[in-house]
Amino acid sequence: MNATDRLAKAGLADTPDEAAAETPFAEGERRGRESWLGLLLPVSLLLLWEVTARAGWLTQLFFPAPSVVVQTLIRLMASGELPRHLGISLQRIGQGFLLGAIPGLVLGLTMGWIRPVRLLLDPLISAFFTVPRLALFPLLMMIFGVGEASKIVIIAIGVFFPTLINSVAGVRAIHEVHFEVARSYGARPWSIFTRVVLPGSLPLIFAGLRLSLGLALLLVIGIEFISARTGLGAFLWFAWETFKTEHVYVGMLVAASLGAGIAAVLRLAEHWLLPWSEGLFHR
Amino acid sequence: MQVACHEISLAYRVRGKRLEALSDVSFRVAEHEFVCVLGPSGCGKTTLLKILAGLLQPQRGRVDFVGRPGNNPLTAMVFQDHGLFPWMTVLQNVTFGLEMRGVGRDEREGRAFPLLERAGLARFTRNYPHELSIGMKQRAGLLRAFVTDPEVLLMDEPFASLDAQTKLVLQDELLRMLGDVPRPVVYVTHDIDEAILLGDRIIVLTARPGRVQGEFRVTFPRPRTLAVMHTPAFADLKGLIWRQLEEAVRSVARQ
Repeated sequence: MNATDRLAKAGLADTPDEAAAETPFAEGERRGRESWLGLLLPVSLLLLWEVTARAGWLTQLFFPAPSVVVQTLIRLMASGELPRHLGISLQRIGQGFLLGAIPGLVLGLTMGWIRPVRLLLDPLISAFFTVPRLALFPLLMMIFGVGEASKIVIIAIGVFFPTLINSVAGVRAIHEVHFEVARSYGARPWSIFTRVVLPGSLPLIFAGLRLSLGLALLLVIGIEFISARTGLGAFLWFAWETFKTEHVYVGMLVAASLGAGIAAVLRLAEHWLLPWSEGLFHR
Repeated sequence: MQVACHEISLAYRVRGKRLEALSDVSFRVAEHEFVCVLGPSGCGKTTLLKILAGLLQPQRGRVDFVGRPGNNPLTAMVFQDHGLFPWMTVLQNVTFGLEMRGVGRDEREGRAFPLLERAGLARFTRNYPHELSIGMKQRAGLLRAFVTDPEVLLMDEPFASLDAQTKLVLQDELLRMLGDVPRPVVYVTHDIDEAILLGDRIIVLTARPGRVQGEFRVTFPRPRTLAVMHTPAFADLKGLIWRQLEEAVRSVARQ
């Protein structure tokens, strides 16, 4: 029997954090029962809206009944009109995202890791960062034309900055001791990059990607309002021009669901890719 | 192989001011010797260890690894607060040093598992550090160094952040892991009891800038156990060391 065993027998050996123990059963059960509370208000409001709209107390022109909106949604999905717009917006987001996030990530990690590169580029990045993205759109249309390129480039620019800034912050947040450990065991620069810099900065990179995708969604709707015949923004704009209120609601519903869907996919990816990051946050 | 430090000096630049951390520090560590470097907070103990690990270059003086061609031995360092990578599992952390030295996965795991088993960590190989207690994390930090079978072992107050009981348990485990000290060990601490319990020789540093103030030989035979802490000889040596260290500690406390 070794010392650990002896101490374990005496009740002295340490065990995984007691503090991290599960919520006590009764408490967990109570929380489970309470989880429906969050649904109470939205469901009640929807019911109230439905009843008042059907009773004619609300102007149908501005506030069609939720059931009418759902029927319109189903009809537009079945006809293929909405999936077409949605697909085009998603394609623009996807292309712009890749075009902005990859350089943002590479440059951000480099700036975070190599101080002279950071000192060289930081003033330029800070100056560009303050320009509102949509203010660049007229210039981009002049340069790239009114076709797809200008739309994708504006999304890419929008995505680039939050990805870059969070990647820089991600590397700088890595504790110096982790670099020392790697160097003390003879890690070469490439190993330091793959085993320390990249994994250590991923939690903040993911935060940046979440911000970026939110911004990409905002930008795609905005630019489709102004200069597109297709896409979710164009669909919404056309609905307002033709005063099809149900279509406006459907467009908003789909845009909101798209945002929530993207956020959920990223959360899932983060949970799957970074199981260790739970240890960084305390609440 | 022996470790020989010759008149090592190093100063940092902090907010434009020169801050001397070490001044003319010289000592030797013999082939099978466990040397504890003892000193008050901020006396440059960690800096000294980083110089020995090759993480810092001294501005004056040099480190010789006598009997090691190329003067470039395999060192392994155990860090204060374990220094485990939060994004790696226990097994990945423990085998990190071997991986960096190009050892294949099978051999890495073959070498790590018996040690993990002995340290009571075999059930936690797939866990991440945040899922372990502080004592378990520090054990994993020790194993990461031991598994590489280094020619020189460097330890930077590895038990400083542990509670008193866990500290005793780990000190006892360390004594058994080291056995008759097969390699030179440099162990930095501010704890006199720990230095006497673990070391063959204790080098006392002054307050900043750290200079060698005195040396004490510890003659308790190895293998040692925690029982030596209750002997009169232990108390006598502790008194002697404290008398030498007291002024440095008080001067740090006054700052």
